[in-house]
Amino acid sequence: MANLSSNLLLVAFILYLVAIPFFGGAIRQKKGLQKEKSFEKWAKIGITITILGFLSQLGFFITRWIVGGHAPLSNMFEYTAFFGMCLVLAFILIYFLYKTSVLGLFVLPIALLVIAYASMFPREISPLIPALQSYWLQIHVSTVALGEAILAVSFGSGLIYLVKAIDQSKRSKSTTWLEVIMYSFVAIIGFVVITSGFAISDYKATYNYIDKNDAAATMEYSMPALFGPHEWEIVNKGDFEPLLEVPAIINAKKLNTVIWSLGAGLILYILIRLIIRKRIGALLQPLTKNINLDLVDEISYRSVLIGFPVFTLGGLVFAMIWAQIAWTRFWGWDPKEVWALITWLFYAAFLHLRLAKGWHGEKSAWLAVLGFAIIMFNLIAVNLVLAGLHSYAGS
Amino acid sequence: MKEVKCECGHVNPHGTVLCESCGITLIEEKAQGKLHDMRYEGSARRSQTYNKTIIDKIWNFFSSVKVGVWLIVVTLIASALGTILPQEMYIPTIMTPAEYYEDQYGWFGKLYYQLGFHNLYSSWWYLVFIASIGVSLVICSIDRVVPLYRALKTQRVTRHDSFLKRQRLFGITHAENIDETFEKVKGNLRAKRYSIREEDGNILAEKGRFSRWGPYVNHCGLIIFLIGGMLRFVPGMYIDDIVWIREGETKLIPETDGQYYLENKGFTLEVYDKDKDNQAFSEAIENAGMVAKNYQSDVILYKKIGDSVAGEEAKLEKVKEYDIRVNEPLKFEGFALYQTEYKLDELSSMSFNLVNKSENEPLGNLKIDLNEPETKYDLGNGYSVEIMSYFPDFEFNDDGEPRTKSRVPNNPAFVFKMLTPDKPDGEISFVAIQQTVEPFGDNEYQMKFAGIETKDVSGLTVRKDLTLWLFAVGGFIFMVGVAQGAYWNHRRIWIRRKDNEIWVSGHTNKNWHGLKREIGMILDGSGIHEPEDQLQDE
Ligand code: HEM
Repeated sequence: MANLSSNLLLVAFILYLVAIPFFGGAIRQKKGLQKEKSFEKWAKIGITITILGFLSQLGFFITRWIVGGHAPLSNMFEYTAFFGMCLVLAFILIYFLYKTSVLGLFVLPIALLVIAYASMFPREISPLIPALQSYWLQIHVSTVALGEAILAVSFGSGLIYLVKAIDQSKRSKSTTWLEVIMYSFVAIIGFVVITSGFAISDYKATYNYIDKNDAAATMEYSMPALFGPHEWEIVNKGDFEPLLEVPAIINAKKLNTVIWSLGAGLILYILIRLIIRKRIGALLQPLTKNINLDLVDEISYRSVLIGFPVFTLGGLVFAMIWAQIAWTRFWGWDPKEVWALITWLFYAAFLHLRLAKGWHGEKSAWLAVLGFAIIMFNLIAVNLVLAGLHSYAGS
Repeated sequence: MKEVKCECGHVNPHGTVLCESCGITLIEEKAQGKLHDMRYEGSARRSQTYNKTIIDKIWNFFSSVKVGVWLIVVTLIASALGTILPQEMYIPTIMTPAEYYEDQYGWFGKLYYQLGFHNLYSSWWYLVFIASIGVSLVICSIDRVVPLYRALKTQRVTRHDSFLKRQRLFGITHAENIDETFEKVKGNLRAKRYSIREEDGNILAEKGRFSRWGPYVNHCGLIIFLIGGMLRFVPGMYIDDIVWIREGETKLIPETDGQYYLENKGFTLEVYDKDKDNQAFSEAIENAGMVAKNYQSDVILYKKIGDSVAGEEAKLEKVKEYDIRVNEPLKFEGFALYQTEYKLDELSSMSFNLVNKSENEPLGNLKIDLNEPETKYDLGNGYSVEIMSYFPDFEFNDDGEPRTKSRVPNNPAFVFKMLTPDKPDGEISFVAIQQTVEPFGDNEYQMKFAGIETKDVSGLTVRKDLTLWLFAVGGFIFMVGVAQGAYWNHRRIWIRRKDNEIWVSGHTNKNWHGLKREIGMILDGSGIHEPEDQLQDE
């Protein structure tokens, strides 16, 4: 059953991958003239495959739930994969509201990246510590993930807006920032490639070091150590000698992984730029040719409107109820809680700017990007770096 | 101030831009541009009308959404700053916070501490920001909700030409059979659940007006929530205490006015077992080493009956038995007891044998309850032992004198006086773990260590929070309000006949595509053209 579960996830991944070109076909067909039969056919195939992929991933989720005896939402892998699934669900939902194929072309790749990223974390089924043994785990975490996923669709359509609206004929602040977004996608690919590469080659190196409490400790790296831990010493002769040493309060291994990923991302990015000979934003621009800017703007806003209440319910209301039961107080200024509050305040500001100050179009699209960056920060950095009570941590 | 009478006869409050009833422009300079700004229906808001006194200025400041957004953004950034380093409440208490931040994080930690960021969320300036958001919420809502209510309530079906023309969606169609067309359109509007009002053959179709109140409802919820937060500071509303109870012990629960007692029958710590628990976990357990499965205190709650004089043993009546686990607190009378801490294997008793050093035969045995030692133990046959001093948590102070660090028996030490038939004055000996000191020369008798017993201790958080219901009510109202504003929109369609023209205007507070699509379906087949989107140039 555990095997079946993993396979279902793989199948889902492949189906999402296959669906993307169909959405590509759908927008190409649109050029001729709308409502052409063949265009609808492409889009229909695309969305059908997406739904099949979603069902397969749902199968992964359910079988894993059965095997583990608890909802698979209890560590970084499980949560992130679930977030990917919600992203697809949110896309399907919004697709049926607005029927825009180009959304699939942008949102599905993001979902793929999210799932690939998730798979880099330890995947074994882990037992629940006492604090997590509550049905609120399922209620709270799944609602948060769904809310964040709907908000992420707003990022997807905001991105489409920017790709289309930004003038690529000359270099500007906007083109640069757009490339920063593109680079972050590439860096995630870099992370996935590097992590799986070293995992396949089974790279291991161990170092003794002095931790921040001045105690001797060891750290096992699964990538060559560019950054060694505080006062490192090589355990097995012949292992890679770290180039730099970091102070004890910094987790050298995590920093090392981040630097490797950013580096790999940079190389990939440069390669892509050398091959296509223009900005990635410019490469993608033709895909958005037939899209109505007003429409994507509205999709972006609508997703925030739909997602904001869901996020509030999951990330604040349910979170507070559970915290009151598990931790004796509904609010404790734990970093994860604070970042949920920040996310919430941010989207509240977004709605006010939009409604009362008339921030539409490009400004609103940039805000959607920033909102997603905050969500990702909460998912990645807060879990891995600021780790408090919520730390799914892992390594 | 003067009121403004419109040519349609309606009397508007001073400051109204568009007549509440017919929509004609009353203040030309505020309604410039091709399209009307319909956000507040052109109604008279206090903040847009008066700007003389100090109160006007304060009112205007807080009613501005720009200011509101700034307050939100500043609060957001401040909140983020508080997560860079752990807050004071999360750092270990091994040293003072000042030392800890510098020791762990160097100059940055020191600066962080000096700026007060280690307690950011209870700093006065953070609370001022939150309070300002609260004030802003109240003022901006009052500023808008009353005029908006008036404008929506008094609106007429037949609107002035200039009003219709300056709507974002607007179109004119020449038509012949107007009556027939209208019937058809009305049917379609009803099918789309519009409520229809008619006047002189003109139509105002409207739906989702209640969604306009969404923001005000949710702001009310937020205000109630903030009031809940303020109530926290009222003494007695919020209790946060901890009670440590040893296994077998019955203790008064603090903050219950001497009314409730709790007995700890036993504490259990369980860890996952790779062989016995779900096989799927075995890999994870192996990687993690040890994973906790359960922390549990089995307790009995008692209530005192009758009045007992101080010092007298209270008479207790059993209320209930309960197993307190994480996520399953014991609740009674507004209190909740949570499993939050524990201490395993605290020493609870020590036993000794009295021996004659030369014979090494036990002459008698005593077992000392480390939490309630007796002063004298009679061992029979003329042998007895007195405890002259007891140091539950023994250490030497700076002057080399023995003393106790705490009342917890972490490291018990005793000064014994051994009374025996041949030494009736007794011999004195100092006994601590792993050491014996005989201060007055060699003794003949000795207290020989014979064993220990340990007990677990449960640490239970005692919590009472009389403000919770306010937070719950506030949160609920907030959710209702956001859902109301987010999942419905307020759409209006005006259809007006003018000679043999039909004028159609449409307005929505959000989601114009949705409205356009809907109008398309409503007008489909009626012969009326869909109105143009005057904002879109394409
Ligand atoms: C954390 C604080 C706040 C939250 C969560 C919040 C939430 C909201 C939400 C969800 C909406 C509806 C937006 C929409 O439907 O697009 C809204 C509308 C609004 N809020 Fe707030 N708000 C907050 C603070 C404030 C403050 C401080 C002000 C004062 C300046 C303010 C003024 C308004 C106004 C004027 C509207 C729009 C009313 C309308 O045009 O119909 N809000 N708020």
